[in-house]
Amino acid sequence: MIKYLLIALVLIGMGWLFLPLATEYFTPTQLNNLAANYVYGSAADLNMPNAVTSVVVTYRGLDTLGEVTVLFLATAGVGFFLKRKNSIKSKRRHGSEILKSGADLLAPLIILFGIYIFTHGHLTPGGGFPGGVVLASAFLLLLMAQEHFTFSHSVIQFTESLSGIAYVFIGLAGLLLLGLNHFLDPRWLNLGQWGKLFSAGAVPLIYSFIGLKVGSEMSGMLDSLQSDGGDE
Amino acid sequence: MIILIHGLMLIIIGIWAMLTRKNLIRIIIGFAIVDTGINLVLVAIGYIKGKTAPIINDAVSTAQGAAAGMQAVDKVVDPVPSALVLTAIVIGLAVTALMLAYAIRMHKTGRSLNIDDFEEQKW
Repeated sequence: MIKYLLIALVLIGMGWLFLPLATEYFTPTQLNNLAANYVYGSAADLNMPNAVTSVVVTYRGLDTLGEVTVLFLATAGVGFFLKRKNSIKSKRRHGSEILKSGADLLAPLIILFGIYIFTHGHLTPGGGFPGGVVLASAFLLLLMAQEHFTFSHSVIQFTESLSGIAYVFIGLAGLLLLGLNHFLDPRWLNLGQWGKLFSAGAVPLIYSFIGLKVGSEMSGMLDSLQSDGGDE
Repeated sequence: MIILIHGLMLIIIGIWAMLTRKNLIRIIIGFAIVDTGINLVLVAIGYIKGKTAPIINDAVSTAQGAAAGMQAVDKVVDPVPSALVLTAIVIGLAVTALMLAYAIRMHKTGRSLNIDDFEEQKW
């Protein structure tokens, strides 16, 4: 009884804390200075139509590097908790006929779509993070449809480590070629023509590596989750 | 504004679920609800009345480069919260998977998903 009272008190307290945020909040009618600077700089300095990507990859690039690290740690944690048992084959059901045919048709298209999303991150909505998850969803579809579908762990680990290290090296290239304040600055490559695929310096490269890294990490996670499904 | 209030309500509902439910899976679902609520609040804070997405195409400006940037400043919403949410969604997915892996592990050692069966984790 006392427990429910305490829980109710906590919830009411939180509601009271949130109240000013809800009642005193005005929807602004103008960008604040920082955001205006980012939007202007995205087009003027980086030659990139997508301001969100310019914030993710360039202006707050160090945060993104940190978040990729958090993602890696979470995946490593999943692998740590779910030890892979090679001796016991996990029992999987057959995919139904509809699922199998659908997967055969759709999986290559989904992979292509994921690659499209992360290579065009600087032009259209999307980027490395959603693109990587779309890639992993194609592998999930294959995993569900085909009974004997397995990943090659060395390929996944190789892709993951290689794209992670390439991301850091692209950042370091900015440091080496442009000077001290330019870690993760994409302008060491040609900025190119407005709105073309090969533009905005190294941003498409960085986002492709992020996409590959997220995709391989998510696929590895799916693999460890499904291979540990059965009881001991 | 309405989205902001809904996000705050989702946060409170998720915390209620985390505090009252006994089943580990339901606690994790509560966490996922809090996660969604926080994302909604962030996106709502970035909204600016009557403005469009911070991607410069023909609807925002037909100019190129710096000129497009000058025109876009008056026409788009704040890109910073969108950028935060973009990464936070994927991180939230990974953290949820980590918690589910932990739940599988606890079910293997304790043979139960009820949080009351894990006495040794009380203080």
